[in-house]
Amino acid sequence: MATSEGATAAAHRGGQRGIAAILRSQMRNIAPFLTLILLSGFFAIASPSFATLDNLGNILTQVSVTGIIAVGLTFVILCAEIDLSIAAIANVTGIAVAYFTLQESYVNIANVPLPGWAAILLSLALCALLGLVNALGLTVIGIPSFIMTLAMMQIAAGISALLVRGQIAYKVPDLIVTLGSGSIGGIPWIVIVAAVMLLAGHLVLTYTRFGRYVYMVGGNREAAEYSGLNVNLILGSVMVISAVCSGIAGMLGVAHFGSAQQNEFDTYLLDSIAAVVVGGTSLFGGRGGIGNTIVGLFVLGVLNNGLDHVNIDSFLKILIRGLILLAALVINVYAQRLRARAAE
Amino acid sequence: MPQGRSPILELKEITKAFGGVEALRGVDFALYAGEIHGLVGENGAGKSTLMKIIAGVHPEFSGRFVLDGRETRFRSARDAHAAGVAMVHQELSVAPDLSVAENVFLGAQPTNRFGLVQWRKMAREAGEQLARFGIDVDPMTRLGDLPIGLQQLIEIARVLFSGARIIILDEPTSALSPPEVERLFATLRRLRDEGTGIVFISHFIEDILRISDTVTVFRNGRKVHETEAAATSKAALIEAMIGKGREALEETYAHDITLPPRGDRPVVLKADTLSLARSVQDVSFEVRAGEVLGIYGFMGCGQLELARVLFGKIKPDSGTMLIDGDRKAFGSTAAARRAGVAFVPESRRAMLFHQEPVYKNISISVLDRISALLLKPSRERTIAVRQVEQLQIRPAAVELDLGMLSGGNQQKVALAKWLSYPPRVLVLCEPTRGMDVGAKNDVIHIVRELSAKGLAIIVLSTEPETVLSLADRIIVMKRGAVVREFAGEVVSKDRLLEAA
Repeated sequence: MATSEGATAAAHRGGQRGIAAILRSQMRNIAPFLTLILLSGFFAIASPSFATLDNLGNILTQVSVTGIIAVGLTFVILCAEIDLSIAAIANVTGIAVAYFTLQESYVNIANVPLPGWAAILLSLALCALLGLVNALGLTVIGIPSFIMTLAMMQIAAGISALLVRGQIAYKVPDLIVTLGSGSIGGIPWIVIVAAVMLLAGHLVLTYTRFGRYVYMVGGNREAAEYSGLNVNLILGSVMVISAVCSGIAGMLGVAHFGSAQQNEFDTYLLDSIAAVVVGGTSLFGGRGGIGNTIVGLFVLGVLNNGLDHVNIDSFLKILIRGLILLAALVINVYAQRLRARAAE
Repeated sequence: MPQGRSPILELKEITKAFGGVEALRGVDFALYAGEIHGLVGENGAGKSTLMKIIAGVHPEFSGRFVLDGRETRFRSARDAHAAGVAMVHQELSVAPDLSVAENVFLGAQPTNRFGLVQWRKMAREAGEQLARFGIDVDPMTRLGDLPIGLQQLIEIARVLFSGARIIILDEPTSALSPPEVERLFATLRRLRDEGTGIVFISHFIEDILRISDTVTVFRNGRKVHETEAAATSKAALIEAMIGKGREALEETYAHDITLPPRGDRPVVLKADTLSLARSVQDVSFEVRAGEVLGIYGFMGCGQLELARVLFGKIKPDSGTMLIDGDRKAFGSTAAARRAGVAFVPESRRAMLFHQEPVYKNISISVLDRISALLLKPSRERTIAVRQVEQLQIRPAAVELDLGMLSGGNQQKVALAKWLSYPPRVLVLCEPTRGMDVGAKNDVIHIVRELSAKGLAIIVLSTEPETVLSLADRIIVMKRGAVVREFAGEVVSKDRLLEAA
């Protein structure tokens, strides 16, 4: 049959394309890893204090909060959507858990003290609710996620402002204090939480039906719909997952920093998006995963940490981070094109 | 055609190939000023390709292109436009977010000497032009807020009033209502009398006969017939299009086919007066178990929208659907799938995941049946391997990325995804389009087997051959409504074309 011969020939050519083609199609995974190795090598040579076990611990701790947020964001970006409200939701959840905890008398907030478990559950419910609003706006009303979550960013910041009214709160429930700033056997709990959540995210994406749906919706949304998947349910779910991850990061972050106040998490918006994208997860959806996000986290972590170890103008640091992010975006878009060409 | 005058446009020995496939073979074509020239032919006969050459869309071709007696070559649509050639394409190409006036003047807004757009002038002139065309809308309305038919009229108006000397209209009437068609025809006649050369492509042969002075028939990339419109008939044109008996190698279905008598098995799907905006109007039909219902109609007749209504992708404005006697209103495609409806759209790109392996493409629609929470990749592969064997998908490698398969095999994968747990109703849009004979026969065979197993199958197509080769019963749609049903009688390609 003519068609089968044609297809076999095509497959055969596929086999002969050789190592260059394989490298090209794997560029999205290889490039971030190479970046990480190059950066680590550079800083190890440039500074004797960089390549130490102590400093590795520092890096791990520094990327933990970003890592927890990035778990949920990976789901969102895999679906070819975006969530700009992650940092604001982290902030409001952190503030909420302090709001429901008894503060010292000198903290002038009209707060509502509750038992620790209730404060945690209420705060989790709050971030889930905000995620649900994102989900409904995106799926039921049809607002693009970029705009919807931009509005949510303002809404969450507004709730934060109303709760603390310019004050700073310090107390959070004991469990949160332990997980955010305690450690066990020399390992900070926050690193363990981040690792567990990244692992859980990876398992969900790789081994569950829901994870497969996330990849399929991101790969070709129209085809997913024509295959009879409930695309809106999947998109809604990833928005809620993202908000809850952000909320957890917010609570632990507040304990980690030792205070809850407005605009505390602002830098985490760009850091989290950068971690996911630098890691090689496609902005067009359907390609990448938690493995990529972990590499991205380390690239950013090594870069931030390493720039502190070498003698460099701290203002230049910001510019360098911007340039690295740009390079990653270029690779991301380029890798997508190479793969599309390979598939044709 | 007007004698004793030289044509404004003359094409000689035009040949055009797309990747080794010849779309046009040695075609001569001439257009005179003050003439409406109708073009007819089946899908893929070469009409649109020839017109796109004239409009500068396809700059690469062999042959001579003579405009006003001088040999010319357009390198782009912009060149053609500058030379006074304008075309209305089959697909609507408007800017829905701009105003009506901006659309009318798209790319040619009147500006003052500072280069600023003269809004008031533009709105006034757009309003005047549209009024001449019998369209009364506020020129500052957002175009996308208007009905599709009106949008199409406004796009046509833009081209008609662009001052072009040669105007090409590709299927301009498919979304228009009868009074709108009348208005279009009146304007075309006036432009012709003012000396414009007009080419009019349509599947509606009555329209061609009414508006044209000259008619040219295309078949398989060749010009097979040219005649004065007054000297021919619908039947003669259809015969020329199909080429009765002349090309024995082609499977034309020009011969008669006897449809089986209406079955007495239970009705699986019943559609009752389904309506959707302008595209579907009061469509009712039944499909029985083990029956293949063919729905035939020209491009834009509403069948694609109808198929999407059946699969829950679009909600109908009114009307009901019953499956096994239970009333269904699908809120999503997932609901339709759970109710036992399967759907294969006309575009494989819209159905398949090209960067994913074959087995994931096959298992996607049945994942919730084989796994609750965790995936079972080995079970997925087993299912995929069985489907690949049954449908003879080649190469038989379920790990291969889908994009590596040929079009025909991709189409089989699109079918395979629904078959591991057979649905109650299978809706197929253009199941054999763009496939070679071997793959086509495979698909026909598969559909026949499924229907023998008791599935209710609906095949929607704009190609008469597809419907004739698959269907037990055929309904014909025209401008959104069912106009004819063929059941238990003799049918042939020209009878189908006649009915549409």
